[in-house]
Amino acid sequence: MQSTFTSSRILQPVQPWFIFFSLIGAVALNFIPTAHWPGVPDWVAMVLCFWCIREFRRVGMGWAFVLGLLMDVADGAVLGQHCFAYVLLAYTASSLSRRILWFPLVQQALQVLPLLLATQLLQALMRLAVGADFPGWGYFVGPVVATLLWIPATFILLLPQYRPVEQDPNRPI
Amino acid sequence: MAGIDHAPPPFFKQGPAPLALLTFYIAVSLAIFVVDLRFKSLDLLRQSIALVVDPVQRVAQTPGSLVDYAATYLQGMHSLQQENNELKHAQLATAPNLQRLAQLESENERLRKLLAVKEREKAAGQVTQILYTARDPFSRKIIVDKGQQAGIVAGQPAIDETGVVGQVTRVFPFSAEITLITDKDQVIPVQIVRSGQRSVVFGLGNGQLELRYMPANADIQVGDVLVTSGLDGIYLPGFPVARVVNIERDSAYSFARIFCVPIAGVENFGEVMVLDPRQPLPPAPPETSGRPGSSDKAGLRGKKKKTMSKAN
Repeated sequence: MQSTFTSSRILQPVQPWFIFFSLIGAVALNFIPTAHWPGVPDWVAMVLCFWCIREFRRVGMGWAFVLGLLMDVADGAVLGQHCFAYVLLAYTASSLSRRILWFPLVQQALQVLPLLLATQLLQALMRLAVGADFPGWGYFVGPVVATLLWIPATFILLLPQYRPVEQDPNRPI
Repeated sequence: MAGIDHAPPPFFKQGPAPLALLTFYIAVSLAIFVVDLRFKSLDLLRQSIALVVDPVQRVAQTPGSLVDYAATYLQGMHSLQQENNELKHAQLATAPNLQRLAQLESENERLRKLLAVKEREKAAGQVTQILYTARDPFSRKIIVDKGQQAGIVAGQPAIDETGVVGQVTRVFPFSAEITLITDKDQVIPVQIVRSGQRSVVFGLGNGQLELRYMPANADIQVGDVLVTSGLDGIYLPGFPVARVVNIERDSAYSFARIFCVPIAGVENFGEVMVLDPRQPLPPAPPETSGRPGSSDKAGLRGKKKKTMSKAN
């Protein structure tokens, strides 16, 4: 018999403004000058992947494209580099979402790892193909860290949806 | 699983098929990738997005810069006094040269006039503060706090107190992007101070530079200093660029492999000076002058120009 996982708990519907602000927050996190530390994940890719799996009707390739464009300009990268990788990430994540959500969180994280790794790898391949220098293996540590952060990220991003339906001030918990 | 949606999902209004959308977005991404890389014609798009992104990015830098500020604030009086003394000492050490510089310059000007040689250009520029290092891990770039508003244009060289740091490659309304000389395939025309030989130095991307196309028996030694030769429309002559650290002479190849390290603190600094653009060089003489051997020279010049345009 199938055991009950947290992913099958019935939650409140998501607020569109929360999706919007979490994505903007991820962009701001990316802007903090930590990119040269090894192992800092690409927050935008991570949050985008999360929403594409959870809410594939609301967040999709359009968002991925716009966020990619923002990141390209902010990075000083070639325009289109992040767009391409994020759009593919959004497509794969949303087409796999019905499958991934069946699994408990640890296994979800394992299935997200190849998606995020592919995002980095695609960008590296695009730039290496046009003659940039190799950024070092530390570049590929970020997705692994993002995978480890998948469980806390899920908890934080779903927090507004855990609210009770009826707000009762006298409720014990 | 996704929650209790109050409205039923729109079964019949789902927009274009995902695969069609994917094809569309990928085609657009690849198109702007190629156009941005090969034709450089998307600067307006980039500038308008940067206008939105730039303020957010500056705000995101504040925690880091506050920590820096606190660190220097708490550094203490003693170290500041020490630094002050050292600076005074250094100033005194350079005073004899500096005091005579004005006189030497005017003398040089007069002598050049007597010889009817064109006057040497004076270096002037504006000091800019480095905002942050560009996030892109594939290249070496920094962002400074002056842009189109301060009259900065792409192509201007940037120096620090010891030598050349890089070149402005993109200009935004309130900031500018400087590509460091250590960026891969960033090119600077240089001259070896000791022998006067001219060459071109290329960035390697790993913090070093390489002096390419020097014959294996060229007169060059470890420790030689390279300065800008001024044979282009960008860098004024005489700024230190790099110091030779390693020479590999292999008789199997016709060129020596010469590695240099930058003299300027290319990877660590707080302020750089962006030099004003040079006065345009006099036009090159026409190629068909009819002299024997002139076609060879013209070919060389064409090659040089190609390298210059790459440096842009």
